[in-house]
Amino acid sequence: MKKNAPVIALCAALLIGLLMPLMTGASPPGFYVEVLLGGLMAGVLYSLVALGFALIFKASGVFNFAQGAMVLFAALAVARLAERMPLWAAIVLAIGIMIVLAWFIERLVLRPLVNQDPIALFMATLGVTFFLDGFGQTVWGSDIYSIELGIAKEPVMVLQSIFQGGILVNKEDFMAALVAAALVGSLALFFQKTPTGRALRAVADDHQAAQSIGIPLNRMWVIVWAVAGIVALVAGVIWGSKLGVQFSLSLVALKALPVVILGGFTSVPGAIIGGLIIGVGEKMAEVFLGPPLVKAFDLAGGGIENWFAYVLALLFLLVRPQGLFGEKHIDRV
Amino acid sequence: MFYRENGQFKSSYASDQQMLPILQDRVLMLGLLAFAFLVVPFVISDYVFLSLLIPFLILTVAALGLNLLVGYCGQISLGHAAFMAVGAYAAYNLALRVPQLSFLVVLVLAGLIAAAVGVLFGIPSLRIKGLYLGVATLAAQFFIDWVFARVKWFTNYAHSGSVQTAPLEVFGWTVNSPVEKYLFLLCVLIVFTIVANNLVRGHIGRAWMATRDMDVAAEVIGIRPVYAKLTAFAISSFYVGVAGALWGFVHLGSWEPLAFNLTLSLNLLFMVIIGGLGSLLGSYFGAAFIVVLPIVLNQAPAWLGAPISTAMASHLEFMIFGALIVFFLIVEPHGLARLWAIGKEKMRLWPFPH
Amino acid sequence: MKQTAKYAVLAVSLAVAAAFGSTAALAQAKKTGAQAKEQFFPVLSYRTGAYAPNGIPFANGFVDYLKLVNARDGGIGGVKITWEECETGYATDRGVECYERLKGKGPTGATAFHPLSTGITFALTDKSFVDKIPIITAGYGRADSVDGTVFAWNFPLGGTYWDASDMLIQHIGKKEGGLDKLKGKKIALVYHDSPYGKEPIALLQERVKMHGFELLLLPVTHPGVEQKATWLQIRQQRPDYVLLWGWGVMNSTSIKEAVATGYPREKMYGVWWSGAEPDVTPAGDGAKGYNALTFMAPSGQGAVHKDILKYVYDKGQGTGKKEDIGEVLYNRGMNAALVTIEAVKRAQIKHGKKPLKGEEVRWGLENLALDNAAIKKLGFEGYMSPISTSCADHHGGSVAGIHTWEGKKWIVEKGTTLVADSQIIKPMIRASAEKYAAEKKIVKRDCAKEAG
Repeated sequence: MKKNAPVIALCAALLIGLLMPLMTGASPPGFYVEVLLGGLMAGVLYSLVALGFALIFKASGVFNFAQGAMVLFAALAVARLAERMPLWAAIVLAIGIMIVLAWFIERLVLRPLVNQDPIALFMATLGVTFFLDGFGQTVWGSDIYSIELGIAKEPVMVLQSIFQGGILVNKEDFMAALVAAALVGSLALFFQKTPTGRALRAVADDHQAAQSIGIPLNRMWVIVWAVAGIVALVAGVIWGSKLGVQFSLSLVALKALPVVILGGFTSVPGAIIGGLIIGVGEKMAEVFLGPPLVKAFDLAGGGIENWFAYVLALLFLLVRPQGLFGEKHIDRV
Repeated sequence: MFYRENGQFKSSYASDQQMLPILQDRVLMLGLLAFAFLVVPFVISDYVFLSLLIPFLILTVAALGLNLLVGYCGQISLGHAAFMAVGAYAAYNLALRVPQLSFLVVLVLAGLIAAAVGVLFGIPSLRIKGLYLGVATLAAQFFIDWVFARVKWFTNYAHSGSVQTAPLEVFGWTVNSPVEKYLFLLCVLIVFTIVANNLVRGHIGRAWMATRDMDVAAEVIGIRPVYAKLTAFAISSFYVGVAGALWGFVHLGSWEPLAFNLTLSLNLLFMVIIGGLGSLLGSYFGAAFIVVLPIVLNQAPAWLGAPISTAMASHLEFMIFGALIVFFLIVEPHGLARLWAIGKEKMRLWPFPH
Repeated sequence: MKQTAKYAVLAVSLAVAAAFGSTAALAQAKKTGAQAKEQFFPVLSYRTGAYAPNGIPFANGFVDYLKLVNARDGGIGGVKITWEECETGYATDRGVECYERLKGKGPTGATAFHPLSTGITFALTDKSFVDKIPIITAGYGRADSVDGTVFAWNFPLGGTYWDASDMLIQHIGKKEGGLDKLKGKKIALVYHDSPYGKEPIALLQERVKMHGFELLLLPVTHPGVEQKATWLQIRQQRPDYVLLWGWGVMNSTSIKEAVATGYPREKMYGVWWSGAEPDVTPAGDGAKGYNALTFMAPSGQGAVHKDILKYVYDKGQGTGKKEDIGEVLYNRGMNAALVTIEAVKRAQIKHGKKPLKGEEVRWGLENLALDNAAIKKLGFEGYMSPISTSCADHHGGSVAGIHTWEGKKWIVEKGTTLVADSQIIKPMIRASAEKYAAEKKIVKRDCAKEAG
């Protein structure tokens, strides 16, 4: 109980901070809900990137910096293929491409690096990032491409009777959240119900034990990278339909790092909840904390959302190093 | 047969503790220094100085610093470019606000300020380690970037957020031409290498290495982890801060916070890992590799006469750079310095196999 | 055995690298050896990365015009144009490397540099004093570099960001029925968080003091795809106008977020770098009604484009796609090439028809006199405004209009010509240039003496 005190204190402080604008009347409730929704939407995307990250870390212990580049690559593939064929065909084909990519990464990068330092593996994924950035632009081009899901982009006003001025929402955002939820649901089913899913969980628990009962490690890695690739594809399509697909997309995925720290490296629910917390937290901070901060210190503009997520993750690390849902790590001499 | 230490006996403590105990190494080192000071300035073009050698020398100082932390003490940092930024902006403000200070004093003070900030952001290392710590240092990277972009005082209220420095002067010597810059940086680098070399073989270095190999065990044998980790952060940030000040004053001349972004942090990490963790020589190799490779890759198609577009050339640069990183990690995970060590081993017997 | 194989591979790769190095040295030696009758144009471009959508059309226009002058006129006064592209990726350090790489090429070195990034301009400004190569920043760069007595080598031809922001405030004032009506209004600046985006702030604050409107500063971090919070703030504060100072993918993201938060696009005004096709097309129909400044080059095709099609594209020498000729940024790239070439032509009158050094080209840049007749003769009628420079004034006059995206193409607003108020800007330029000269310990040029 005593050990959890700082965690609880931090969570309480966050919650109070979250409710502050509403309680002090700094924001009308309608606008507050809009910011909340905006944050949740950003959070869904962070969650999806972090999800791929956590899957790979769990199964192969690799800190995969290339997840962002994979999101970009998958989204570019869908966007460019969709110019030539119907969207569903483009998505199917892109899934195929991501599986092939996973196979190549396992064969050419992971397998030769088995048993190396985690940092060497991390650097290798950085190398993969560079490669994918260059390769993606060579094959698919460097322009801004859009993915048309056929959903109206103009916002609609809802709940005008409850909130003054109503709330502005986008259908697209709700569709995105639905798709993300469906993805997470099917992943859960995959892990719980299929033999492959069970084997993956066994690998995640203990590599050696899994191998000794006859689970082929190498094949499992290909599968988990392919699954991460598909998750990346979903994230990429959602992002692409909202804001267009371009090279710079791969940089956004950096935000997945504080998310996995917050949620715990190995935890899938952690990645999702962490993503939502970070998404909401940084938008709230930017909108409500930013302007007073700028005024108080005479800053040249806000932009605190750039570091807010990382500092939040750092605070969490200090009180709870394993993250919200991570497993505790014990060292022995 | 030429590179053997047979017959070189150490008969005093001084000779036992010298930095290059083998005669051939000393000769080689003297030769190298003579080459760097007496030959290079006369044969190299300005382009090579400005685009390759000067960045190489400065980034080697930074890589040395990062290697002390990552390679010797085992603490990963993804935010070292931010400490470079601290050094650069500290130097800028010192030079601007206290103009009577000599540049060398400014350099040292900038390093000290960076060290203080480094210790502050090193505190999480007492509780977390490995890649977790790496991500925690990202907080330093983004927060410090933001501070320099936003707090107007640091940039002397420049309306564009970009700062510029006056030409350098060290004891009345105006460091202006590429050759002068090169010689000045070479001197700085030599001093920092000697200091680093003595640090890592002294008691601090041993404490760092014990912490790196297993922190719990190190604590058991009486090394204070707080002391070891924080000194590593402090000294590492000092090096990097000085490198940052040099990067701003000598290489760029005018810069914006973007000059010290995450890409630079990752490049520094590449340098120490490709070069060799826990090897000072490796920092040299790594810095050379990372500075030269992209430029060579970018120009290679033109040299070879291959008719490909600029866009294609830079895409290829990315791809080959990434592939080479993976390749080197697979072929020699201990870095280029390890290759050098193997080469030296072979030299002892060469040309006879036994 | 395996070990040996590994090291063999490594050794081979290192040897290949070394071979690259030596061939490079050889190639360079060969090039400088020949004293050909050539004028070398360095081209800093970015065809990859986050800013590629905007970098590509500009570079295409620039290079196509160089090709045209070679094919149609046989070079400048008989001197062939040669050029080399170098990819900067919009990064300052790579830009500096490109500058060092290209500055000494050709028989007389680089003619003049177009850094195409405000950050790179800042870094190169220092170097220009030593290397004596002009830096042309047509429509960007340092606002204070208009002052040729301090910034001896910078040429912000056609307008700076102080001009641009002043024009936009004037235009908004006109819409509101007079600048005095701005009192109590709210104007938001959504800007790229780099020297480029920060440049206009100083002038806007000056205007705030004069008219008493409220200025909201909303920075967007590189590369500019995360703007949710920015636009939520706009939704909360409900500014009367939004000024957009973006580049690359940031522009289209801003417009998309404006759609998503329901901010009227008619109230958005972009700087001239935020008003091209790649900025609006990704937003689809949502971009309709969005406005931006346009200076020198609106979209469309004129006489010169016909020449480019005839002499360059019909011979299969085109740099980009035929359909993209006449886009806003393509035309601007072409204009950038044009002013450089005209400066060389001007300098050839004084120094003779031979390859010229950067210092000689500067004289041409300082004595440019392109009036409407000259522009028409060049085939640029309607795509260029007159320029006339001097030793002290490196700016040459700035005139701009407003154009609006109609869903398919940009329509220029008829009858709107904007000129910045020099009464406000001149003292600011002087103060800022003085500060720079003091920090850098620069001795000012005496223009009266040089002319005589």
